[in-house]
This record gives sequence, structure tokens and C-alpha cells, in this order.
Amino acid sequence: MREIKVPVTRIEGHGLITVELNRAGKVSKARFHVTEGRGFERFCQGRTLWEMPAITARTCGICPVSHLLCSAKAGDAILAVRPPRAADKLRRLMNLGQYVQSHALSFFHLSSPDLLLGWDSDPAKRNVFGLAATNPQLALDGIRLRAYGQEIIAALGERRVHPAWAVPGGVHAPFTSEARDRLAAKLPEAMRIATDALALYEQGMTDWGEEIASFGDFPSLFMSLVGENGAWEHHDGRIRLVDAERKIVADNLDPARYLEYIGEAVEGWSYLKFPYFQERGYPDGVYRVGPLARLNCCDHIGTPLADAAVARFRATADGKAVTSSFHYHWARLIEIVAALERVKIYFDDPEILSPRVRAEAGINEREGVGVHEAPRGTLFHHYGVDEGGVIEKVNLIVSTGHNNLAMNHTVTQIAHHYLDGQKITEGLLNRMEGGIRAYDPCLSCSVHAVGQMPLKVVLLGSDGNVLDEKVRTA
Amino acid sequence: MINLRIDDTPVQAEPGQTILVAARGVGIRIPTLCQVDALSPVGACRLCLVEIRNWNGRLVPACATPAQEGLDVVAHSEKLTILRRTILELLFAERNHICAFCVSSGHCELQDLATELGMDHVTFPYRFPFLSVDATHPKFGLDHNRCVLCGRCVRACSEVEGAYTWGFSGRGVATLVEADLGDPWGASKTCTACGKCVQACPVGAMFEKGKATAEQVKRPEILAEVTERRPRV
Repeated sequence: MREIKVPVTRIEGHGLITVELNRAGKVSKARFHVTEGRGFERFCQGRTLWEMPAITARTCGICPVSHLLCSAKAGDAILAVRPPRAADKLRRLMNLGQYVQSHALSFFHLSSPDLLLGWDSDPAKRNVFGLAATNPQLALDGIRLRAYGQEIIAALGERRVHPAWAVPGGVHAPFTSEARDRLAAKLPEAMRIATDALALYEQGMTDWGEEIASFGDFPSLFMSLVGENGAWEHHDGRIRLVDAERKIVADNLDPARYLEYIGEAVEGWSYLKFPYFQERGYPDGVYRVGPLARLNCCDHIGTPLADAAVARFRATADGKAVTSSFHYHWARLIEIVAALERVKIYFDDPEILSPRVRAEAGINEREGVGVHEAPRGTLFHHYGVDEGGVIEKVNLIVSTGHNNLAMNHTVTQIAHHYLDGQKITEGLLNRMEGGIRAYDPCLSCSVHAVGQMPLKVVLLGSDGNVLDEKVRTA
Repeated sequence: MINLRIDDTPVQAEPGQTILVAARGVGIRIPTLCQVDALSPVGACRLCLVEIRNWNGRLVPACATPAQEGLDVVAHSEKLTILRRTILELLFAERNHICAFCVSSGHCELQDLATELGMDHVTFPYRFPFLSVDATHPKFGLDHNRCVLCGRCVRACSEVEGAYTWGFSGRGVATLVEADLGDPWGASKTCTACGKCVQACPVGAMFEKGKATAEQVKRPEILAEVTERRPRV
């Protein structure tokens, strides 16, 4: 047996793909390993509830806002309060800024070099600098769009990275009209960049047919939050799962009861756990989350430009779910447009300037779940506290984790398609990385869990039932 | 009046005034941590160490040493900066001071001193002790991880509030601030929940519950405001 190892770059964190070949030199299996371990679930124990947004935000420098907001929501549940309407709108505004900056980073800085310079181009130039040399306007646009998203975050939270601004019960400080007016003036340019990029992708798709068909194009479930009337949702709402036909498999699920429908399996070769939809068992209950899933799950977005784009997006799959993970890029660009359209709605809403942004309360529940759509997908924060508010247990299910099974499917599919066992080409290696990169995984977030593995080994039958389990004591 | 020199500046002091108060009178700043106006000086943190040239270069705490006729005091020198920075490094290494999510970040005397004295890293190995957070009180919390054992809470409670709730248990590095005789704060029968200890605390060790990261602003000056308004006996 031969083994090929492909380190994965231009993602957030460290990962490794291994491909095992059989005696005939054909691909037998491919695996995506997450090689780092963190420990957030352990070291948050003993801290107070009010510090949790700022602690968990430190999981990541790219999407600290997602953890911040999700943690604040778990805090709302433990205080048993509903944040004032203005606070809810401001949290949403910050999250939209987060979508813009994170999606722009993924598309322009990390992935567009592959798409625009070619999968087989010189790896030394196939990066953001190579892009700046051949298409300086696009590179500059990407930097500007990302900066705009970060400016929204900074205007609310006083800093671009790790703002300690959302708190259990609401937000730390109200928004100002000066900041709103300053940001509103720059909105048209951001929208111009976003719509240009969307048009660029839609034109370029004809050149990427082979990659679209082989970068994780497989039937699976999709999971996301949806709002009232099935609208696209990014901060609240209920859980929906659809299948590859876009038929609703489960709807209106209470996010706080996620343990009843999401299972987490552990494999010895990755620090990242493998969540699955319990009803289908492991590993058949594979589902995808993130931009692609959100667009497949929702009925509509609710803003004109984004809804028009979603109609074009769905037309490529005859109204069924778009199943190629390659189109995560497309979904991401549509979501940037959707986010900017929503930002405009909030800027026109005088309520976002309300000084009432925080509901004060003590500890009224011993347990609370926060759920939120991070740029990369559905994020769960689940805390248990003592009577005084000191954290006793933490469970985090992070977006990249949900996509773990799908990412493994994707690398296997790419290996089967592009590797014949005779010759390893640079283009092949890069396509494998690109397949992972399409998910915009954030491995630093995903492996927040206890680093020493396996602490618990679960043997699962093909029907997903637990056949045996052993717990290793420390 | 007493005549002395501080950093080669002629200074006059009232009898009974400390070197620290005399220095402040002429605008010379000496770093302090355990000292707070209205509480008795204890010279515990040693950050206000000054050198007395005409006492063979002896180091004394400015907060607890009375001004004396003819003293030639060095309040600022390279040697003193190194000594003070070393004391700070030891404080940081002793417990778990993590500014990133601390309630007092941005309003913390320890953090400010680190900036003032140019402490950009800690050269001693961190001890990473396992310490608890007492969140049993309905209004306030105590995080031993952040405590610098300055004793300001203990003195505020006994000297200003008169409740004598706080005291020290243990010795040396294992010392802990404790309510009553080791009760959880929420179970204390002597605590009046006045919050003076919280306002006196220079760091995020004592905090108001509900305050999130960087939201806790302290007002140690209220101790002097309270005592000044009291009728003198």
C-alpha cells in the first residue's frame, strides 16, 4: 500500500489529506485529517458566564464574531431574557459585517487564485500576490470589500478582531448615527464589488465544469437555521434539514434540543468529531452546513438582488438542491449580496440607534443553548452553570465540524477522479486542497475540543447504532 | 516643616507625611499598587520602593516610610525600574492573569503598571495554579486567579466599612483572601454587600456580577470620599 500526504494550505488552521492506494495503484480511500487540538470545552470550566463571549471569541481570529454572538445567545438563555429589539438588530448587523468580511476573505484572498489563475498554474504565483499581478482591480476590490465588513464590526465593537461587545442579555453599547452615516456612505461601493464578483463567478462557471462535477458533488442532507416563512436566516430561527431533492426532511426543530437529533462520532485519525443526523445513522446521516446549505434550505432570502441570484442558482439544479460543494463559492458570493442588502435595511431603521440594548438579569436557568449561523455554518454553544453563574460544562459544535464527513467525501471523490495511480501532478494536489478550501473550513475553530484523543471510542454499526464504547480515563 | 530631596528636587513635607505623599505634592509620580488613599499603608507590594542615598542606598517603601529631615531620595533610576518591573513580572507569573477576557481589562492597575514600567514579557516561568472563582454572592464575584494579595479589600472592609469580613488564609504563595473563616462569600454573615472591597480592588479579582469583559470600572477613590465626610472624633 502506498500513501500520499497532501498538506492543506490557504485555509484557517492546519489540516492534512491522506490518500491510500491499493496494490493496483488505485485509490482505496482518502481522508481529511485535522491535526491540531485545542481544549476550549475544558478550560472554560470554572469561568463565569459573562466572560464566555470574550473567551470563546478567542477560538478564532477570522470569525470571532460568530462565537461572540452565539455565546451571548447561550447567555440569554441562562439569564432567561430576550434582548431588547435594538440589541437583536445590532447583533445581526455585526454578523452581516462578519459574513461580508469572512466570505470576501474566502473568495478573493484564498480561493480566487485557483479559479482565475487556473488549477494547473505555477503554485508560486497561484496566490493573492499572483492575482494582484494579473488582476490588480479584483485583488484591490477583495481587500476593500473585506475591509468594509470589518469596518461594520469595528464601528459596533470598537475593534475589528475579538470585539468583546455582545454580552448575555444584549450588547455592551448602543450604535451611533455618526458611525451609521459613515458606513452608509461606503455601502454602494461594497455592493458594486459584491455584484461584480457574483457576475464574474457566474460567467466563469462554464470553464470549471469538471471541477464542479468532481469537487464533492454527491447527494447529502443540508442543515441550517431558517426564519419565519422559511426565510434565509443567520442569527435566530429554527433548524431545517433538506435532502438532495430539496425535500424537507425535518423542519421547525428546536435548536436548544440539538442533542435529540445530532449525534457526534469520533474517529481515531482526526481531532475533529463527526456530527451526523441521528435519524439516518452514522455515516449515512452526513449533512452539509454553511452558505450552500443555507441557500438550499431556505425558501427565499427576502431581498431583491439576492433572491434573483438564488433563482439563477437553483435553476442550475432544476429546483433541486445544488449538491456540488464547488458551489459553496457561488453561495458565498450570493450571501455577500444578501448581507449588504440587509445592512442597508438596518441603516434605514432608526431603531438601531436606540439606547436600550441590554436586558439585565441574574442566573435564572442552569443550562442554555445558543445557536447561530456563522459564515461557515450552524454553530452551537451549550453551557451548564452553577447557581452563581460559574461554568460547569461546555459543548461546542462548530460549523467546520458539521462538514467533516462531507469534506472526507469530497477528497475521496477528487482522488478517484483525478488520480489514476500513475502520476501525481501539482494540479491534482491543488484540486484536493481546493476541494477542502471550497468549504472555507476553519480548523482552529473546529478543534476547540479536548486535545488528547480518543478519550472516548465509540464503535458504530452500519445502521448508526452503538455496538460498543470505551472511555479512557486520564 | 521637614526638608528632604526627592530625585534632586528640594521637597517640604508635613510631620507624619510619607515619602510618597511628599513626592506627590511636588508632582513626582511613584508607582503603587497596594496603596490607596484612606487606607493604612502596609508596604506589601514593594512597587513604591525608593532608594535613600544617605542611608547607604537602602531600599524602603515610599508609602510606608515617613519623610525625614535631610533624606536624599532616589525615586526614579534604571535600577529601580528593573526592580519594579521584576516585582510586576513575579506578580504576573504567580497567578493566572489573562487580560484577553478579564472584566477589568483596560481599567486595571496591574495592566497600567505593566505598560508604565515597560513590562512587555514575563521572564519567570508561569506557575499556572489551579484556583477557583467564588460566584456565590448575589451581587459580586471573587476570582482568586487574578488576586495580587495587595490586601486593599481586607483593609477597606475593616477600616472603612467596619465589617471585618475579609482576611487572609494560608502563607506565602498559597495565601488566599477569604470571607469570614473560609465561608463562600455568599454565605458570609458579616458581609454587608456594600461593595467597598470591589471598588478597592485594583484588578479584576473582585467584580460586580453581570459585568462582561472589559466592563468593570473601579472607583477606589470613593474610600477617601467616604472617610473625609465622616465627623472627626
